[in-house]
Parts: sequence; C-alpha cells; structure tokens
Amino acid sequence: MVFRTRRLAGASVAVAAATALVAGCASGSGSTSGADGDTLTLWTHNAGNSAELDVVKKIIKDFNTSQSKYKVKLQAFPQSDYNSSVVAAASANKLPCLLDVDGPNVANWAWGGYLSPIDVSGSEVPLSDQLASTVGRYQDKVYGFGFYDVSLAFFARKSVLDEYGIRIPTMDKPWTKAEFDSALAKLKKSGKFEYPLEMGTGGTGEWWSYAYSPQLQSFGGDLIDRDGYKTASGTLDGKGSVAWATWFQSLVSKGYMAKKSGADPNKDFLAGKSAIQWDGSWNAAKNAEKLGDDLAIIPPVDFGNGPRIGGASWQWAMSSSCSNKDGAQAWLKFSRQTKYFVDYAKATGTLPGTEAAAKQIDGYQPGGKYNVLVQFARKYAVVRPVTPAYPYISTEFEKAAKDILSGADPKSALGQAAKDIDNNLKTNNHYSD
Amino acid sequence: MTTMIAALERLRPVRRTRTTNARRRESLTALGMATPAVVLLVVFLVVPVTLAFALAFTDARLVSPTPARFVGLRNFTLLFEDPVFYKSLRNTAYFAAVVVPLQAGLALVLALLVNAKVRGVNFFRTVYFLPVVTSMVVVSLLWTFLYRQDGLVNHVISALTLGHVDGPDWLGDPSTAMPAIILMSVWQGVGFHMIIWLAGLQTIPAELYEAADLDGATRWHRFRHVTWPGLRATRTFVLVTITIAAFSLFTQIRVMTQGGPLDSTTTVVHQAVHTGYDQQQTAYAAAISLIFFVLVLSVSLVQRFLTREKD
Repeated sequence: MVFRTRRLAGASVAVAAATALVAGCASGSGSTSGADGDTLTLWTHNAGNSAELDVVKKIIKDFNTSQSKYKVKLQAFPQSDYNSSVVAAASANKLPCLLDVDGPNVANWAWGGYLSPIDVSGSEVPLSDQLASTVGRYQDKVYGFGFYDVSLAFFARKSVLDEYGIRIPTMDKPWTKAEFDSALAKLKKSGKFEYPLEMGTGGTGEWWSYAYSPQLQSFGGDLIDRDGYKTASGTLDGKGSVAWATWFQSLVSKGYMAKKSGADPNKDFLAGKSAIQWDGSWNAAKNAEKLGDDLAIIPPVDFGNGPRIGGASWQWAMSSSCSNKDGAQAWLKFSRQTKYFVDYAKATGTLPGTEAAAKQIDGYQPGGKYNVLVQFARKYAVVRPVTPAYPYISTEFEKAAKDILSGADPKSALGQAAKDIDNNLKTNNHYSD
Repeated sequence: MTTMIAALERLRPVRRTRTTNARRRESLTALGMATPAVVLLVVFLVVPVTLAFALAFTDARLVSPTPARFVGLRNFTLLFEDPVFYKSLRNTAYFAAVVVPLQAGLALVLALLVNAKVRGVNFFRTVYFLPVVTSMVVVSLLWTFLYRQDGLVNHVISALTLGHVDGPDWLGDPSTAMPAIILMSVWQGVGFHMIIWLAGLQTIPAELYEAADLDGATRWHRFRHVTWPGLRATRTFVLVTITIAAFSLFTQIRVMTQGGPLDSTTTVVHQAVHTGYDQQQTAYAAAISLIFFVLVLSVSLVQRFLTREKD
C-alpha cells in the first residue's frame, strides 16, 4: 500500500514535471530561430492548394540542388489557419526564416516586428520590373514581394448585353455610373434575372474590403486619409464615401443585387442566374472555358474618380528572428527567376508579376484574351492602406458595408466605422511605436 | 487458537500507530490523485484566466512591437461607450431569457415522453439525442442553408400555407435572425438536457407513484406532487448549465451571422473573440471577458441562492 501510494505520488510528480517541461519548451528558447544551422524552415499558406504548393516545392527543390550550403525545409498550412499560426509562432518566438504574407498584412507584420527588410538586388528579375502592387513596402523599406497579383473585373455575356442594347465598355471608355445604373435597370426590367448584378455579397472577411473599397475610391472616398494615416473621419464618412454607400445600398433596395448572394456566386453567373458579375481574375479562365467568345471581360465602372481595383496578393518575406538571414536572402534571390513567375501564374490562374513572364503565358501575352486583366492591374490598382492598422480598418469597413446593405443609414454607419478607427488609432498611439 | 491470540497481541501496538499511518497514507493518496487534475487546471485554467484579467488593464495587442503597458481602466471606459457592447449584452440576455425556460421545459416534456414504458422508446431517445452528438459547426452550416430565402424552411412554410406565405430571409432580417438562432440552438441542445431530466426521473422511487395511484391521484397531481418535488436536484443542475451555456453563445453566431445583420445577433463572447482575434485588440477583448465572467458569476450565484435548500 505504502509502495503503491509512493508510486502514484511519484507518477503524479512526473506528469506535472513533464507538463511544466512542455510548457517551458514552448515559451522558452532564444530570440533567434527559424533555422537549424544552414537548414531553413519555410512556411506557406498553400496546404489546401496543391497547384501553387507544387510550384513552391519545385523552387525549393531547385534551390536545394543548385548549391550545397543551404537547405530549405517546407511546412504548409491551410489558408484559414495560416495567419493565426504565424501570430502564435511570433509570440512564442518560433517564426520560420521564410514565410509568405498576404499583401495587406505586410505593414502590420513589419510594424509588429515579425518581418525583416529584405535586399534582393542582384537577382535575375529586378524589383523595378514588377507590378507595383506585388512589392510589399512599409516606411520606404521592402519587406516582401509576390510572384503574381489578381485583378477585379466585371464578367458578362456579350449576347446578353447586346440583347438589351447595353454598350460593351472598353478601357478607353469604361462605363459611367449613369450608364451602369441604366444597364442594371434594363436587365432588371427584363424579368429574366431576379438579381442582374452579382458582387459576391455572401462572402466574408477580406473579400469585402478587397472587392468594394476600390468602388469607394472610385467615388472619391477612401478607407482612411492616406496622408500620414492619422484619421479616417472626414474620409471614410466624407462626401465621396457616403455617395458610394448610398449607391451600394440602392443596389439592394432596387433589387439589382442580392443582400447576401449564394454560396458559389460564379456558379450562379455561369448558370445564367445573374447577368453581370464583379469577380476576381482567378475565375477568368473558367468563365472563358464555359462561355467561349461570348465572355466579356469588362473594366471597373468609373464612378467619377476613374476605375479602381484592389492590389497586392500573397508575398514572400523573411522573419526578423531568422538566425540565418544570408541563407534566407539567398533563397529569396534564387526564387526571383522569370521561369518561376511563369510557373506561379500558370498554376494559380493569376496575373504574372512581370511583363516578361506575361509574354510567356498563353492568354496573358500582349493581345491575349486575358491581357486586359494585366492592364487593369497596371492602370487601376490601388494598394490597400499601407498601415499597421489595416486589419482593424478592414474589419470595420466590412461591418459597415454589411450594415449598409442590411438597411443602416449610410452616413451614420460609415461615421461609426470612422469613429471606431480613429479611436483605435488613438489608443494605439497611431501605431508609431 | 493460542497462536492466533498471540499473533493478535503482537499486532495490537502496531495497529495503534496504524491509524495515524493510514491517515497519512490516505492523504498522500488523495494528494497523488488530485495532483494531475490540479496541475492541469492551474496551467490551463487558473493561469490563463488570471492573465486575461491582468491583460484587461493593459494595452496588449495581438501583433505588437512593444510589450503591454498598464493603462488603468481605459479599456473599460471605451467599452462602456461602445454601442455594440450594449447590443451584445442585450442580445445575450434575450437569448438566455428565451432559451433557458424553453430548452429546459421542452427537455422535460421529451424526458417524460421517452420515460414511458412502451416499445421502441429507445429509438426516440436516440433520435432526440442525435443533434447533441453532432458538431455545432456542422449543425450551424446546415441550418444556414435551411434558413435561406429559397431554403427548405421557407419551402415548407409555402407548401403548408398553399403558397400564401413567403417566409422571410431568416438570417438576413434583423427581426428574425435571433429567433432563428434560438430555435436551432434549442433543437440542438434539448437532447442533452432530456437525458439529464431522464436520469432524474429514474431516481424517483416507483413506490411513490404506486402510493399516489392508490390515493387516486390524477396524472397532473402525480406530476405536481411526486415528480416535480423529486426532480429538485436535477432542476438546479439543468437551470445552471443551460444558463451558462446560453450566456456563452458563440459558435452559431460565428458560423451563421457573424453578429449581423445590424448587430442583431452579436453576443458578448462573439464580440470578445471578434475584437481579440479579428481586430487584434487583445486587451479590449480581455476587458469584455472580465465583464462576462462577473456577469455569469453573479447570475449563477443568484440562481444558487434562489434554489438553495431552504431548511
């Protein structure tokens, strides 16, 4: 009995010690990591996207065989868990040397001390050759670069537009607000479409800021005053922004657009449920395959301040805690070859980051049927506000836009969002430290 | 015989010391058995909760280049000026006020039904319990489709009224979103409390019912004077667990409405998670959690007081 008691007590102490040890290991450890000597860890959000992951794997394999000093080891995460994994790893000082980061988050992560500025001079493709939106800059330093970008566009059937006498716009002469509204009115009146316009209002998260803030900007509004990023009041609830919100709300109240669209908006468009779809370039190939020459890729509407789309997609970066920065930079430089720009764009159906790569991809070369999307990205792209406050701004905008569609007063919904953003900026000392 | 007595006598002095020895051993055993649970509770509950309370008085952020600084009551002042927080409180109270009586009552009715001694009762017990063992995320996703404007619920309504009534967009309309979530939550959770009631029902001795029958009691009298008093302990348990579960409403909201439309379904826990993770305001979320803790604690204490043994 005595013996058994002792054994039990002993076992308990052992369990407790093991728990403490595990807990200690997770938080302890030095201030640099992400590499074991010359073996560098690399994190990517692509676990669920095998086409893109294969390109990452290929670059790593090529890099590992091209020289014998460094070795890069891949770890892939599902996209939905990726950001929280990075944040958790950063607070435990366990960031990998190399990681990818979504464009709008670059400023937040750079400010938070996750990322280190990179120097990729001397690589095959110079940064100046890239689409501006694919280079992640914060406070005049380069923190990341992407191989591709995406673009927004309206998709429609030429036959449908012709049938209702709607002009098919070009980049030289995009739709104006009045033209767009009357087109929607005609389509609605035909009775053939319950909701003629599909803008993916059933989505959640970053889609709202990505898809609709360019329209806000085209109206002359913006998410925040970009001069110093000190206040949103007067901008997000200013005249242009309220005009956008009123128009946005009218789309629902006039029955042009669903308050909350279906689970797969692109499928609904292809099935003919909607006439015009505001969507990303990633669906261009699928649409073309289904509709052939009937597909019209239409530039964004010019609401007064020129057509606008959002810029910046996933980019590659180096962590500030990386213990082998030379190795990490070597990998980053190595990856900057035109052939990899081509591979990425082909695998993901996105817009190649350089002109040289675009020339090698069927459809994206000058004169190709998707080249117009590259032109959109070049001419219309506005990078989302480059401030560490962006994640906060984005969630506030999403909430305000959803409320506006649900019937909230446009001016007060935007006013509340602007006030919340200003409060956030103030309590965070304008993210200056 | 003599040897046995001799042996007993030899044992006697030993036995006296044994009482203290045994007690020490017993407490050692108790300590040994409690240690793993206590350590786990301290590491995964007490420490995080204490940390969260401490964080509520700092400016901690999820992503931050600087360590957290003490800011006093700033988070609380901001919180009490936040219109969404009041809506969260109101919605949480609304949800709890409807769900607690509805779910407890319905569960009791179901328990009485499946307590009947008829064939096939196990089938019904299983059916009523099925939603409980299904993940809330899955249930919420499925019901999101059911509740759509062109979903099954509206089709049924339309068919039953021969096309005279077109159901609303349940989750898209501020006036129906919360009732829709309440209905689904009760459907999902009622089976669990049915089982608890059932366990309580089966502790009531059958003799009491026999005696009542002999006295010629009606069904209602039997329920009122035998069943209901017999369920006293179960009642308290069901009340407290449903209340706490109702206050912590989160999963359904996160999956189905994200607090919308027009904040009609935002709840305290949802707001805490949203500000803490989506908006990276860790300290603000900690302040919300602290208030939530005080709220649940005081409601539980009041309930405990009201349902105490009165003798």
